Amino acid sequence: MADIDITSQTMDGMGPHGTKVGLLRVLGPAHVWALGVGIVLVGEYMGWNFAVGKGGAYAALLACWFAGILYTCVAMIDSEVTSTVAAAGGQYTQAKHIIGPLMAFNVGLYLVFAYTMLEAANAITAGYLVSEVARLTGYAAELDQRPFIVLVILFLAWLNYRGVLATLTFNLVITAIAFTAILILFLSTSGVIGAGEMHHAELMAGQAALPYGWIGVLASVHFGLWFYLGIEGTTQAAEEVRSPARALPFGTLAGIMTLLIAATLTWYICVGLIPWEYLGDGVNGSVAPLFDAARLSGHQPLVWLLGIGTLFATLASANGCINDASRAWFAMGRDKYLPGWFGAVHPRFRTPYRSIVFLVPIALAFALKAPLDQVVTFSILSGLLEYTFMPLNVIMFRRKWPMGSIKRGYEHPFHPVPAFALLALCSVAFFAVFLGYGTQLVAMIIFYIVASLWFHFRRYRFVSRAAQFTMPWPRPQGY
Amino acid sequence: MSFWPLMEFAAWALAAVFGLYIVIDWLRTDATYSEEVLTSSREGEIEAMTEEHRVH
Repeated sequence: MADIDITSQTMDGMGPHGTKVGLLRVLGPAHVWALGVGIVLVGEYMGWNFAVGKGGAYAALLACWFAGILYTCVAMIDSEVTSTVAAAGGQYTQAKHIIGPLMAFNVGLYLVFAYTMLEAANAITAGYLVSEVARLTGYAAELDQRPFIVLVILFLAWLNYRGVLATLTFNLVITAIAFTAILILFLSTSGVIGAGEMHHAELMAGQAALPYGWIGVLASVHFGLWFYLGIEGTTQAAEEVRSPARALPFGTLAGIMTLLIAATLTWYICVGLIPWEYLGDGVNGSVAPLFDAARLSGHQPLVWLLGIGTLFATLASANGCINDASRAWFAMGRDKYLPGWFGAVHPRFRTPYRSIVFLVPIALAFALKAPLDQVVTFSILSGLLEYTFMPLNVIMFRRKWPMGSIKRGYEHPFHPVPAFALLALCSVAFFAVFLGYGTQLVAMIIFYIVASLWFHFRRYRFVSRAAQFTMPWPRPQGY
Repeated sequence: MSFWPLMEFAAWALAAVFGLYIVIDWLRTDATYSEEVLTSSREGEIEAMTEEHRVH
């Protein structure tokens, strides 16, 4: 094995097991950061403020930190498992190796649904943003948003189709601009540079502090997830990074740190400038709170910067979602959990091109036909099911392959505390979601049960049962 | 035609260009290479090439 030079130009991507065309290993930690933060940062620009509507400004801060702990556990667990199981498919591949095929199939579906729905939601948002620009520039008629929605999906699909390096370098640039815009807004309005414009004391006094009491805090947890939803997407780059053991933990942990900063700054800026009743109404009130905060500051350059930041965050999220959904779909096809046709790699661009193409009409259908709130809810619920799987996954991983039995790129501290904390936090989040979206939650669980029955009775016979286990690991303990 | 209706038209046109590029290249690729080559990717290449997963 050691005689194969993975830095060889002529042998690049040509590996053992009969691989003639594989995904291209060209990414570094910065691309992993851009993938994770890029998917999430739109949640800072819009969406999180529904938490303010559910329970007031303090409730939103508690939800922000509650979700911050939940996602820190997610990032630590993911960093350990995926830097060891370094293959496309992320959590699907982890489930396949550690738990079993039925769990893997379900986790694969969670991933594809969560990312495709989020991509559709981002495209709808981009269309809305363009129509707002038209309105603000004095266009009196109603702008048709559909061409812009379709353009966003097809442009980003084209970018993903052409190669992962350009795709994630694009994400790195626009995500960095969107994050820097938040920092500049904070510095400009908080009093660090120039006079401060914050009114926290007035806006959060009396009834505004916790308008619905502790039940409002619980209800706001659901939307607190928005601050970080998608950071686990870094794992999908596992087969395309040059050094999985270094890049995945580095990029993922740097990503969650970035988001903890961005989330807290976003909360601080917005609740200090916008009254909670307006901020908390994301439909008729503040649709894009950071942009509204910039407008309230009265500085035109800030308005432009945050407008561009909002659009870039939306595009980065949709772009990362196409990347991740296609890798999960591709990995399932490669193992015959889905038709093997989807497991193809483009010989020139080295991307999972059929999976990218296949998911385009699905994203278009949801973006053009489905209401935004339903699309977003389905995405959040799929994500939440995925987070519930993670603690079980890491506990089994540590039991089957204890420390010292295999090489790990990263070993997360305090095991099993993060796993049990994540399980407890997920239970609270499920209850909070049930309060607001009980019907959707039950409908979605029924959908996954039906899909599981189909997989068990109809699809499992086609799965490549032996060939799918490729890690050169020792036999798991107890087997 | 004013600016925004023109932008709507341009967005449709650009979307069609990107969509057509993808479909044409997809069909051309499928016709040029055998299915065996296209679906030959296997998981775990880097582990098999560089690591033996033994802790010394």
